[in-house]
Amino acid sequence: MRDFSYTRATTIEDARQAALQAGSAILAGGTTLLDLAKCGVNEPDELIDISHIRGLDGISVGESEASIGALAKMSAVADHPLILKVYPAVAQSLSLAASQQLRNMATIGGNLLQRTRCPYFRDPATFSACNKREPGSGCSALGGVTRNHAVLGTSESCIATYPGDLAVALVAFDAVVDLGSRSVPVEEFFLEPGDRPERETVIAPGEVIIGISIPASAAARNSTYLKVRDRQSYEFAAASVAVGLELEADGRIVKDVRIALGGVATKPWRARAVEQALVGKALTEEVILSAARLSMEGAVAHGGNHYKIELAPRVVARALRTLGGLA
Amino acid sequence: MTIIEPRKHGSAADGRVGGRLSRFEGELKITGNATYALEYPVENVAHAVLVQSTIAAGRVVSVDASKALAAPGVLLVLTPEDDLGLMTAADWFGNRPENQPFHPLPKVVRYNGESIVAVIAESREQAGEAAKLIRITYEEAPAVADMDDPKASEGKLLDAMTVEWGDAEKALAASPVRIEAEYRTPREYHVAMEPHGLTAGWDGEQLTVWEPSQWTHGMARNYAEWFGIPLDNVRIVSPFIGGGFGSKGVALPYGAVAVAAAKKLGRPVRLAVTRPQNFTSYGGRAATRQTISLGASKDGVLLAIVHRGASETSVYMDYPEQTGAATPILYKVENFSSQSRVVPVNAVTPGALRGPGKNPSAYGIESAIEELAYKLAMDPLELRLKNYADHDYQSGKPWSTRRLREALTEGAEAFGWARRSHEPRSMRDGKSLIGWGIGCGTFPVIRAPSSAMIRVLKNGRVEVVSGAIDMGQGTYTILAQTAAEALGVSIEQVDVVLGDSRLPGSAIAGGSMLAGSITGAVHKTANAAREEIIGLALNDPNSPFRDTGANTLVVSEGRISVASGDGPSMTLPELLSVLGRDELEVTRNTLPDDAQSASDRMNAWTSMGRVQGPTMGDTSMHSWCAHFVEVRVDEDFGTVRVSRMVSAFDCGRLYNPKMVESQWRGGIIMGIGQALLEEGLVDPRNARTINNNVGDYLVPTNSDIPDIQVISVGVPDYEASALGGKGVGEVGIVGVAPAIANAVFHATGKRVRDLPITLEKLM
Ligand SMILES: Cc1cc2nc3c(=O)[nH]c(=O)nc-3n(C[C@H](O)[C@H](O)[C@H](O)COP(=O)(O)OP(=O)(O)OC[C@H]3O[C@@H](n4cnc5c(N)ncnc54)[C@H](O)[C@@H]3O)c2cc1C
Ligand code: SF4
Repeated sequence: MRDFSYTRATTIEDARQAALQAGSAILAGGTTLLDLAKCGVNEPDELIDISHIRGLDGISVGESEASIGALAKMSAVADHPLILKVYPAVAQSLSLAASQQLRNMATIGGNLLQRTRCPYFRDPATFSACNKREPGSGCSALGGVTRNHAVLGTSESCIATYPGDLAVALVAFDAVVDLGSRSVPVEEFFLEPGDRPERETVIAPGEVIIGISIPASAAARNSTYLKVRDRQSYEFAAASVAVGLELEADGRIVKDVRIALGGVATKPWRARAVEQALVGKALTEEVILSAARLSMEGAVAHGGNHYKIELAPRVVARALRTLGGLA
Repeated sequence: MTIIEPRKHGSAADGRVGGRLSRFEGELKITGNATYALEYPVENVAHAVLVQSTIAAGRVVSVDASKALAAPGVLLVLTPEDDLGLMTAADWFGNRPENQPFHPLPKVVRYNGESIVAVIAESREQAGEAAKLIRITYEEAPAVADMDDPKASEGKLLDAMTVEWGDAEKALAASPVRIEAEYRTPREYHVAMEPHGLTAGWDGEQLTVWEPSQWTHGMARNYAEWFGIPLDNVRIVSPFIGGGFGSKGVALPYGAVAVAAAKKLGRPVRLAVTRPQNFTSYGGRAATRQTISLGASKDGVLLAIVHRGASETSVYMDYPEQTGAATPILYKVENFSSQSRVVPVNAVTPGALRGPGKNPSAYGIESAIEELAYKLAMDPLELRLKNYADHDYQSGKPWSTRRLREALTEGAEAFGWARRSHEPRSMRDGKSLIGWGIGCGTFPVIRAPSSAMIRVLKNGRVEVVSGAIDMGQGTYTILAQTAAEALGVSIEQVDVVLGDSRLPGSAIAGGSMLAGSITGAVHKTANAAREEIIGLALNDPNSPFRDTGANTLVVSEGRISVASGDGPSMTLPELLSVLGRDELEVTRNTLPDDAQSASDRMNAWTSMGRVQGPTMGDTSMHSWCAHFVEVRVDEDFGTVRVSRMVSAFDCGRLYNPKMVESQWRGGIIMGIGQALLEEGLVDPRNARTINNNVGDYLVPTNSDIPDIQVISVGVPDYEASALGGKGVGEVGIVGVAPAIANAVFHATGKRVRDLPITLEKLM
């Protein structure tokens, strides 16, 4: 039997110190970590349970920004009345994720760091080649079953999709990850695989997510998260989008728009080209359609996932229509 | 042995056959007090974990178990090198090859996920961790990943499954209106909530196995023959089963491994098959493809059906998923031809999954008939009624009962079918395209004998005892109702004891045959018990009824009295006490009188030897249903949601409508999963089903399921069973997938001919 040690951190400093050790892993809600331990993907020698650190689960929504502690539960954030009001897309991205039981367990910090659902990544006993697990070993997904693999941000080393929903909404609204000693915009926090798919974020050994902050904006206030999948509930996105929209005083011209995509890219994907094509224009069906198409600039399909290139722009367009009152 | 005591709900009539009595064991299950096989408290139990192959075909060259053996807690490692001394057991029909050894951990690998090694340790965690240290060296051989693999053959033609009458090819060629299409279904899996596994222990030469079982006696025979011990030495205990759907009918190789390990170690062994391993420990429904050609006159008279089907099987056994099973009996047609093939692939041998054969078969014919309706510009309901089969054209026999017409018309009425507009894409609500579709289903009445025992005890209890099982269908409940009514006691007095191969034998809980079979046996036994009580009361010198001059007595609400109402009246325990008896025990079976020898009985309870198909008598007997479905398809995204469903059933008499409706709805829900979500994804390179877990193999959630209105249009069919019921467990799933596919066509104008209907197929 594999032995590991378990430590309950009482302060963030404790956790940082412990997390410096090679082979250690931070445990929050455990819904990703335990799952990966069972698959044999993640087998830490030392677990540092941060779930008992006090004061890390706060949710506060102020004039200029919202701050959410790393240990806030997904369900608590999803149901928070001010998050629902001021950042509806954020609340929706959480309530449309996983299941109620998981949302009650899982934390915001852990949620950001959830790992890909690539079935080859999750079955090391059968598929030894996976660059993300074992750098340089190859990629079993290439040439395999790829219906849910990414079409954006892929590399020859890895085509795994970033599966989470929350981070997509956060990227849209320029949220920032608080790592204690430094703060990093969520968009930069996540890395494209390039030739080092094992590095998924900029987080360094000994760093712990303390929380996130989301700047207030008119676009965030008028926002939505649209998630498309075959099963009505409890499935990762085939394609999803977080959209926030602010119109000029005339109620027609786009003043500010934020768009990020999920389920189609190797990291939460901000669709700036679409945003740029919309700002300053009146939202018409034609404008929406031609802008939405830009969301797939540079997309590359691998076998079974080609439908995502068609689907994602439609999801973007639908969300824009809904917010723009064209639906 | 578990005794389930009834709790009463509703009116007194609930306690009789046909009453809506709530599930007997429901409270035990929802309070966590029902003990399942892997929870059985057993002293000193060791834990086994399987290691499965990661290649599709080849040979095990060597197994390096040294690290595993050195790992903490490890007691034993079994590999293909270990001769466990087992012999092949008889097949379903009781045929057994002579002197053929059985190796549950084989040297030759035939599919990805075949069990090769077992590690047994003091704890499950230790065994699991040591299992990761096993190194297997293979010599790989070329494999056929699935039936679409270029290396796959066209398949072996199974002559026994060819059905022909008239001249179908000629009639088809001469038909003024024709359609032809190919329909495909993928590999589907049982994914029962309770995974496979067992706890097994030896006491000398006596073997006890706690294992979820759809057939305790059949499984006991498997183990007895594998291990070369008398059948009486094996006891299978299975009071509760967390879902079977066809996957728990026979003992499987991992069971042999666990029992052999228990024998070697001299202590009990528990083996839990992991969720991914469940996908290959027993085969799911085979992938199928079928081509259907229909010929019709311009006014919609069906003139010919030509069906050519194929299904995947393994490379070591032919198991046909009969895509031609429903094709010949749904419609009136004078010219018919059906042929079926099996295509060997490197996969575990497929198995029976709810509605085997009939299910993919109905998907084909019920899709094709709607394609024909559109070609004819005819209402699909009208086309079905126009070609209503007045008798069984395949066997030439009359139906025993067939209320499919009523199912279609009453279902249509309840659904509001008349309000439909015929053209595809003609109904919408914003971005949702709305479509309506019909799918008919059928499942044969399969009959088999069973036996039961009834004990009337001095304490006032009545026990109904049988080796039959309850996996949620309601066996406990309906047997209490049957016995209470026939014996004349109140339902509160009845206890039911099931799920143990030491108890009287019964039919398998499969092929929707158990309810009809075991209620027949209990009814017969309860009647015999009542007769015996009355006989004793009339004739025993100590009985106060002896002098009443009555020639019979009545038993009602647990009291025995003279019919006229005059004279003595007493409870059954009072009678037993005046008779000076502790109990009265009666056992009966429903085997024919000339088949009552010990070997006849053993054969009947442990093989399919006495099972009778739907046309073995003078009539053709089947359950029938018609599903009416409304779907909403997102025009842009291709996502399909079932928004409304009405299903009308002819299953004869319903022994307990509440249980039956739950069976029907359960079948329908699985059908929705089959239509929209379920699909084993096979990696073409190593033939592994890669979505082998319930996070990735999707079954419906609550929010995928609308309200489902179910209607019974059946009448008692006393040819089908003693109490007039026809099978209810499987027919519910049959016809759901085509109803949904038809509704999707109506909504979108796109015909999806390969399940499941995932969003990219509609975008
Ligand atoms: C069946 C299933 C379905 C799911 N469906 C969805 C879905 O549809 N959408 C979606 O978005 N998510 C989904 N999820 C993922 C789920 O949201 C995540 O598992 C969950 O949010 C992780 O949070 P946790 O607190 O349990 O993390 P843990 O498992 O405790 O941790 C996850 C990772 O983050 C690290 N970590 C945790 N907290 C910190 C911290 N503060 N600082 C640094 N490192 C940290 C851990 O070391 C670990 O590597 C699903 C999960 C499952 C199992
Ligand atoms: S796609 Fe990425 S995660 Fe999946 S097998 Fe390839 S390298 Fe591994």
